Amino acid sequence: MALVGNPNSGKTTLFNALTGASQKVGNYPGVTVERISGEIKIGSRRVEVIDVPGLYSLQAISDDERVALGVLESSPDLVVCVVDAPNLERNLFLLSQLAERGIPLMVAMTMTDFLEKAGDRIDLSRLSNLLGVEVTAVVAHKSRGVRDLVDAIDRNLSQPRRSTIPSFRPDAITLRASSIRERLLRIGLDVRQTEIADAISGSSNELLARLDAYPEIAAEIVAARENRDAVVSGDAHADAAERYAWASMVARACLSAGGRGVRSVSDRVDQILTHRVFGFAIFVGIMYLVFQSIYTLAEPAMDGIQFCSQKLGDWVAPMLSRWPVVQSAVVDGLIAGIGSVMVFLPQIVILFFFIAVLEGSGYLARAAFMMDRLLGWCGLNGRAFIPLLSSFACAIPGIMAARVIPDSRSRLATILVAPLMSCSARLPVYLLMIGAFIEPRFGPAWAGFALFAMHFLGLLIAIPVVWILNRGVLKGKRLPFLLELPPYQWPKWRDVFLAMYLRGKVFVTIAGTTIVAMSIIIWALLYFPRSDARVQQYRSEFRGAVASARPDLSEESYVEMRQIEDSYLGRFGKTIEPAFRPAGFDWRISTAILAAFPAREVVVPSLGIIFSLGKNQDEASMDLRKALMTAKRPDGSPLLTTYTAVGVMVFFALCAQCFSTLAIAKRETNSVWWPLFMFGYMSTLAYLGACFVHLLERMFG
Amino acid sequence: MAAPLSTTPLHAGMKARVSRITQSGSHSRRLVEMGLVVGTEFEVLKVAPLGDPIEIGLRGYRLCLRRKEAEFLEVEAVG
Repeated sequence: MALVGNPNSGKTTLFNALTGASQKVGNYPGVTVERISGEIKIGSRRVEVIDVPGLYSLQAISDDERVALGVLESSPDLVVCVVDAPNLERNLFLLSQLAERGIPLMVAMTMTDFLEKAGDRIDLSRLSNLLGVEVTAVVAHKSRGVRDLVDAIDRNLSQPRRSTIPSFRPDAITLRASSIRERLLRIGLDVRQTEIADAISGSSNELLARLDAYPEIAAEIVAARENRDAVVSGDAHADAAERYAWASMVARACLSAGGRGVRSVSDRVDQILTHRVFGFAIFVGIMYLVFQSIYTLAEPAMDGIQFCSQKLGDWVAPMLSRWPVVQSAVVDGLIAGIGSVMVFLPQIVILFFFIAVLEGSGYLARAAFMMDRLLGWCGLNGRAFIPLLSSFACAIPGIMAARVIPDSRSRLATILVAPLMSCSARLPVYLLMIGAFIEPRFGPAWAGFALFAMHFLGLLIAIPVVWILNRGVLKGKRLPFLLELPPYQWPKWRDVFLAMYLRGKVFVTIAGTTIVAMSIIIWALLYFPRSDARVQQYRSEFRGAVASARPDLSEESYVEMRQIEDSYLGRFGKTIEPAFRPAGFDWRISTAILAAFPAREVVVPSLGIIFSLGKNQDEASMDLRKALMTAKRPDGSPLLTTYTAVGVMVFFALCAQCFSTLAIAKRETNSVWWPLFMFGYMSTLAYLGACFVHLLERMFG
Repeated sequence: MAAPLSTTPLHAGMKARVSRITQSGSHSRRLVEMGLVVGTEFEVLKVAPLGDPIEIGLRGYRLCLRRKEAEFLEVEAVG
C-alpha cells in the first residue's frame, strides 16, 4: 500500500499514526530520495505501507516524482491519497493525476478540524460520489478516525475501487494512445490506455522498455512524444488548466464556508513573526536559542558519553592485560572509536528536535522565506539556512537536514559546503593554538578576534566554492524556488520524537559500521609494528642520552613517542613531510594530521603523544602549550611560529578530517564520489590555505 | 496592463490575475502545477525587503516564489 500526498498535507503525521516505530528508512537505488516504509496490522494480516515523498504533481521532473511514479508503476494493492481539507483545491490536482492512472485508490481527508474551527463544512459523501472512490476523514494526531481509516483500508484492499473521473489529457494524446492500443491488441498485447498516454507524454519509459520486441510500435510512441508539443496545439499546460477548473468546481460543490476566516489566528501570528523589523529580530533570537541549546544541552551528554567510554576502557583493560595487542585494539581502537562517534549523537538528536518543532509549527518555511534573498545571492536558496547553521555545531546533522531542499543540485551544493562551517570539533585545535601562540603575545582581545576569524573563514570560503560548483560540476537547470507557507500550528509531539529517533538511528547504523572500522584501521597503523625488542631499544636510548638532555621527559612518554614515530603512520608522516614543507609543517605535525583523519579533534591527544607528554592531553593543557612553543627543528629554529600556528588552524578549519561527515555524506548523496570529491576539494583548500599562511610568513615574518 | 511578474510593480495587498504563460518548459510547469494557471487571481501578501522573494495567496493557501524566476508569468492588476 502506498501513501501519496502533497507536502504539508499531514501525510507524515498520518504515516506515523499508522505505523509508529515500525518504520524503516532506506534509499531508493541511484537517487538521493529516502525510502520510508512501515507496517500496519489489520487483523492477522501485515500490510506494508510506503510513505511516498510529498509531491504536488506526478510530472517526473524531480527525483521525488520519478520515485513516486516508480512506486505507482510497481502496482501497489492500494494507493491512499492524503488530502488536507483546507487546501482541497490544490490537493485535487494531484488526485486527478492519480485517478487517471486507473489504480486502486482511496482518499484520507486530514485537517478537517481546521475547517471546523473556521466554521466551514465539507461534504465527504458528495466528494466520494464525485470522485468515485471512498473518502475517510481522519485527524491523525488525535488518533480520531485512525481506526476508521484502517477499516476503510481493509475494505479497499479486498474490494479495490478505481476513480470514475474523466481523463484530463489533451484529446490528441488520448486519440494517439487509443490507436496505438488497438495496434497492440492486434498483436495480442493488452496494455492500459493510460500507460500508453504516459509513454507519449514522457512521464514513463516502462512501456517502451517492454516494447523492445516491437520496434515499429515503439518508434510510433517515440515519434508521438517528439511532436507532442505540436500535437498539444501550442499550450503544454492545457491539461493543468482543465484539472484546476475541475478541482475548483469540485471544491465549490463540497465546501460550504462558515464565514469566519480560516487563518485569522495564524495570520495575526504571521504579522509579528515575519514583520520587517521585529521578524528579523525574532528570527535571530530563535536561531540563537537553538544554537545555544545545542551547545549547552548537548555538552553534559557528550561529557557523559566520553566519561562512559573512558570508564568502559579502564574497566575492560585489566581483563585483557595478558594480550597487550588485543587490549590496545579493544581499548584504544574499538572503545575509543565508538566513543568518539557516539559523542555526536546528543547534538544530532537535539538538533532534529528543533528542526522537527520548527518545521511542524510552520516557522521553518518563514525562516526560508526571510533568508532566501541572502542565500540566493550566494547561489543557494532559503532552505539551505538550517543545514548551514546546524553545521556550525556539527556538519553531520547539517548534512542530514539538507533533505528539506527539494532541488537535487541545490541540495548537493549545500551538502558539499556544509562541512566548511566551523564545527565544535574544531574548537580544541583553535583553543590550543590560540592559547599557545596568540593569547600570550597579543592579549585576549586578539585571541577573541582569532577565534571569530577562524569561524568566519569557512563561511567566507563557502561563497566562492558554491559559485564555482554552480558553474562547474553542478551546472544545469534548477527547479524554481517555490515554497508553500502552511498555517502556523502546534507541532505534533509524536512526529517530533519519531524524527529524533529515526535520525538518531540512521546515524548510529552508519557509525556502527564504517566509522568504527575506520577508527580501527587508524589504530592499527599507529600501533604496528611493535615488539619487545623495540621497546628495549627505546628504553636504552632514553637511559643513554635523552634522559640527561631532557630531564623533563618521563621514560614512558618517551617510549610512546618513539613508538608513534616508528609506526606505519609515523613513517608515512615522515615520508610525506616534504609535501607539507611549503606549509611549514614537519613530520610531527603531518603525523598528527594523519592520525586525526577519522576525527579532527584527535589531533590534540595525538600532539600530546608526539610531544612526549602522554595521550591524556587536552586543549587547556599548559604542558602541551609549552611543548608546542618550545619545540625546535633539527637546525634549532622554532618548529611553530605564530604564522605556523595560524597555518595549522587554517588547515583544520578547511580540511574534511571527519570520517563521520564523509560517511553521512555518502549516505545522503547515495554515492561514494561526492564524499571523495568533498574530501578532495577541502583537503586541497586546507593545504593551499596553510601554504598561503607560510608564504605570508616568508614575505613579512 | 499585462506584464511579466518580474517587472510588474508589486505591493502588499494588491490583487492580480495570471493573463498569460509565455513558456512551456518544466520551469513554468512547476508554477502551473501549484495553481497559477491562466485566469487565476491571487493576492500579493508580502514582498521581502529587497523585492524578492514574494509571498502570494491563491486558492486558499500561501506560496513563496522568486519574481526573477517567474519572468514568463504575465499578470495584470485587478480592481
